[in-house]
Amino acid sequence: MGDILSMLFNTAVFAAAFRMATPLIFAALGGIFSERSGVVNIALEGMMLVGAFTAMFVTYHTGLPWIGVLGAIVAGALMGLLHALFCVRYRANQVVTGTAINIFAGGLTVFLLRFYFGTAGTSPSVTTIPDLTLPLLSKIPWIGKILGRQNPLVYLALLAVVVTHIVVYKTVWGLRLRSVGEHPAAADTVGVNVYRTRYIAVAISGALAGLGGTYLSIAHLSRFSENMTAGRGFIALAAMIFGKWTPLGALGASLFFGYADALQMRLQDIGIPVQFMHMLPYVLTMIALAGFIGKAVAPKAAGEPYIKEG
Amino acid sequence: MRKRLSFLLVAVLLVGLVVSPTYAKQPRIGLIFAEGGLGDQSFNDAAYVGLMKAKDELGVEVNYVEPADIAEMEDHQRAYADLGYDLIITIGFIHANALAEVSADYPNLNFAIVDDVVDNPNVTSLVFEEHEGSFLVGVVAGLMTKTDKVGFVGGMEVPLIRKFQVGFEEGVKWANPNAQVFVNYAGSFGDPGKGRELAVSQNERGADIVYHASGGTGGGVIDAAKSNGFYAIGVDSDQDYMAPGTVLTSMIKRVDLAVYEVIKSLVDGTLEPGIRSFGIEDGGVGTSEFTYTKDLVPQSVFDKVEEAKAKISSGEIVVSNPLN
Repeated sequence: MGDILSMLFNTAVFAAAFRMATPLIFAALGGIFSERSGVVNIALEGMMLVGAFTAMFVTYHTGLPWIGVLGAIVAGALMGLLHALFCVRYRANQVVTGTAINIFAGGLTVFLLRFYFGTAGTSPSVTTIPDLTLPLLSKIPWIGKILGRQNPLVYLALLAVVVTHIVVYKTVWGLRLRSVGEHPAAADTVGVNVYRTRYIAVAISGALAGLGGTYLSIAHLSRFSENMTAGRGFIALAAMIFGKWTPLGALGASLFFGYADALQMRLQDIGIPVQFMHMLPYVLTMIALAGFIGKAVAPKAAGEPYIKEG
Repeated sequence: MRKRLSFLLVAVLLVGLVVSPTYAKQPRIGLIFAEGGLGDQSFNDAAYVGLMKAKDELGVEVNYVEPADIAEMEDHQRAYADLGYDLIITIGFIHANALAEVSADYPNLNFAIVDDVVDNPNVTSLVFEEHEGSFLVGVVAGLMTKTDKVGFVGGMEVPLIRKFQVGFEEGVKWANPNAQVFVNYAGSFGDPGKGRELAVSQNERGADIVYHASGGTGGGVIDAAKSNGFYAIGVDSDQDYMAPGTVLTSMIKRVDLAVYEVIKSLVDGTLEPGIRSFGIEDGGVGTSEFTYTKDLVPQSVFDKVEEAKAKISSGEIVVSNPLN
């Protein structure tokens, strides 16, 4: 029992939690941008996968992982624009489009992997973004052990939370974004360009999801492998809902899922079934949706295409 | 005129039918890969090597197909069966369900499956003694560890993977009774991110060598070993190249050998359906060539591995098989 208690506050577990949470944080923030604009984005998984592949691919050819990061952002944004094209311009069902993008991304990445590298399962190993030691933070006793030395993308994810919070709640564009997601007709009448706002929001969404994938392929690991996101896009979606469509909430939920995962790995020996931990994010999402921990209300217009009148 | 022509045609066809079986002396072999197909640098590629060796050395006619997913397996099996192939080889457990049906529908044809057992009178099941191979890499790990702690990362907790785990544990203990083995399962064969974190957590607890039997998840185990400075042990195919110097060795299953041997026994007329197991004795499982780690491993370790091989072959050591 003492083992479990010491494990609960073990700095190594918290450090692992941040590593596991990072791809979730990026993708969940991506989900917030998209859904706040009124476009449901269940394609986060596929966008992450394309980002993970592109990051590996660009790094493989340039030897420069940060160029790989840029490539993944661009590729993710393009996937976002594709999603937006169908959802905004052609008013396709957003869930169907998202599912199609997920399937497309799975096939495309494996096809490209085979085409360029002649292997089906795993790409060659590439240069990774090295971990960074923060000089001041690492000196602080407990927190230093957790956050003093992490991958730059882990810090970037935390920074992205703050930036997203400011953009969504403190800027004029953020207000427009939210109005477009709540009541697009009203936003339109006061001169907000609903379509353009949604295009931009979904492209940002894809770029962030692509960053999440980047972390997997060239920071946490050093290679792309088939379907390596392994459902993280959906867990991120769950984190977004559990966090009630807010950046800080999504951060908390992602960290909680990451922590549960990190803890689970170290508690396997004492007989908690792995499967229980695997279903935890989904159970919590259902609890959140059922309203047990305050209301979790989606943006009102999420899922509805907007048809401009006249 | 037309009537006469058609009569002639029919006559030619009839003659052809009578004559053709005498021309088909060459046995025809159809091979159906597992998902992923060629280029996986593992199972499928190894099967291909065995198939091509059989083609070159035994003079058989070979054909193969790369299915995209599990739903296609049955169609491909039936396609070769309808063409009357003499031996239809399927790669991977993913074929098992379909093969149980198809082989029953074509009782006069021979079938084979790699890595699973289908209990029909015309199916040869080619399986491997993974516990024995894992014992050998366990011996290497037990002798090479400086902390007396090593790790095992499994994909899913299924009986087949338990076989790797148990063999590894017994090998470690045989070579080094003081050593401790940490065991973790990722719950997936395709989540390298989780594989990495599991290996890191074992390393934090002191393990300096981690063996994985977890498919794609293992890429993360190897990455963790490389970046955090400990050793990994690969599985199924020779994974030493994935991180030269970091992957100490790999536990290899010689799928090429199994495919070649089953074709050879068909050609020799000695094919006996049933379970055919490849172990240490016939070289069906074993360690890699230590291509990048030869200089790191003392001769005494290689000697001990040879001793273990001899003792397993002679029956002096019996490695537990959780499937029995």
